Amino acid sequence: MAGHASKQIDSKTLWGGKMSPFSTSYGKLMMWFFLVSDALTFGGLLIAYAFTRHAVDTAWPIGEETFNSLPILGHGYPLIYVALMTFILIISSVTMVLAVEAGHRMDKKGVVKWMIATIIGGAFFVGSQAWEWSHFIHGSEFGKIELADGSQAVVKGHFGDVKNFTIVTSGHHHKKGDVIAAGKHSMTQVEMNHDYRHAVAEGDVHGDTIMLHDGSVATYLKAKNEHLELIIKGNGGEYKIGDRINNHSKAAEIYEKVATAGEKNRVIYGANLQQNEYGPQQYGQFFFFITGFHGFHVFSGVMINILILFGAIRGVYHKRGHYEMIEKTGLYWHFVDLVWVFVFTFFYLV
Amino acid sequence: MIRDDIYEYSLDAHHDEEKGKKLRKKIYFVTILLTVITMVEVGLGIAIKQSDSGWPFVKWTFIALTLLKAGYIVLSFMHLGDERKGMRYVILIPYFVFLSYLIFVLIWEGLAVGEAFPLTQGL
Repeated sequence: MAGHASKQIDSKTLWGGKMSPFSTSYGKLMMWFFLVSDALTFGGLLIAYAFTRHAVDTAWPIGEETFNSLPILGHGYPLIYVALMTFILIISSVTMVLAVEAGHRMDKKGVVKWMIATIIGGAFFVGSQAWEWSHFIHGSEFGKIELADGSQAVVKGHFGDVKNFTIVTSGHHHKKGDVIAAGKHSMTQVEMNHDYRHAVAEGDVHGDTIMLHDGSVATYLKAKNEHLELIIKGNGGEYKIGDRINNHSKAAEIYEKVATAGEKNRVIYGANLQQNEYGPQQYGQFFFFITGFHGFHVFSGVMINILILFGAIRGVYHKRGHYEMIEKTGLYWHFVDLVWVFVFTFFYLV
Repeated sequence: MIRDDIYEYSLDAHHDEEKGKKLRKKIYFVTILLTVITMVEVGLGIAIKQSDSGWPFVKWTFIALTLLKAGYIVLSFMHLGDERKGMRYVILIPYFVFLSYLIFVLIWEGLAVGEAFPLTQGL
């Protein structure tokens, strides 16, 4: 080929065969090929998710209903938290590209500065995802209920606090006559409500008595649930997907009846691999797998960035005369951001 | 004819402060763009419910905006736009051809399975 004689490529760029396909270094091209294969994996996962979503006949969870909480502030903030996570990841992608740019100017200080910023952003993202998972696993205050006709509904409204448990039959721990209330026995309000929900999920609440974890039986005093609304997510004999029971007193009556029926699994809180309160079983499985696989990529990215940061601080790349290593790590880091853009759309928005 | 095989390339890919300034300006522009797109997406997601009549339009807007964001990340942040044309095509074309096929086949199949024997397990 005639062109090759006049092509100026420095000797370090040439591969073993004294050529340089696409005028790119070996490392960079191989990183691209790795990213293409990884993109196929993520593409496959998201398409499998799409397949499942089209193949179920129960209602698929809606992002802004499922993810509407913020740490400390509680419920009622649809999508704000994931939007924040997305923003954090975009910003850490920007600091990475600034590190690459600093590398092209052989600005060691700039590279170190922007790499540190990138690592902090990545760590924040992984931490946010941990919170998100914890929240997803523990679930909402009301859970999902199975109505008498076999239909399933999610519940919106204001949860009435559990005031106290008065023990009527002794167990391993509590004695007859004990009154357990928030602020006493080192119990907090959150723990009181948690114990109540746990008993509901296990089918240990029969009418006005409740069996606590130590086997004691108690009567309980609980404030009324207010502003309840049931949204039907699974077809039953009477109610169909999309129906809403928004008469508050009727919704509350139905909910109480199910919660105090004393049957296990009539109310489901949170999520595990077998069942979840948000939608079909597969939804929980895909959530854990796809966001988990992506989170693992972010975690690996943070680790790789830390190693490269040490290299940059020690001046390894400066001595080498170029900062291409930053560029290659950067490719991986941007790819992680790229995948999140798609996960965000297909898991949370659409 | 443009000879793109006569191409000066060096592993160092160094540039001076002046070019750096220009590059950084572009980076900040893309940052703001990506942030604004994400804000628009979240705003739309909160304002328009999936049961509303305008939802199909919003859904396709989301997908279009996602592809726009992805395009900016790949071409600008990952510098694929600055690589040679051949490399760009080697990476993008096989991926898009295969994925378009897979999306078509599996959504088609998903709808058929949903009608014939829907996957409904667990509560």
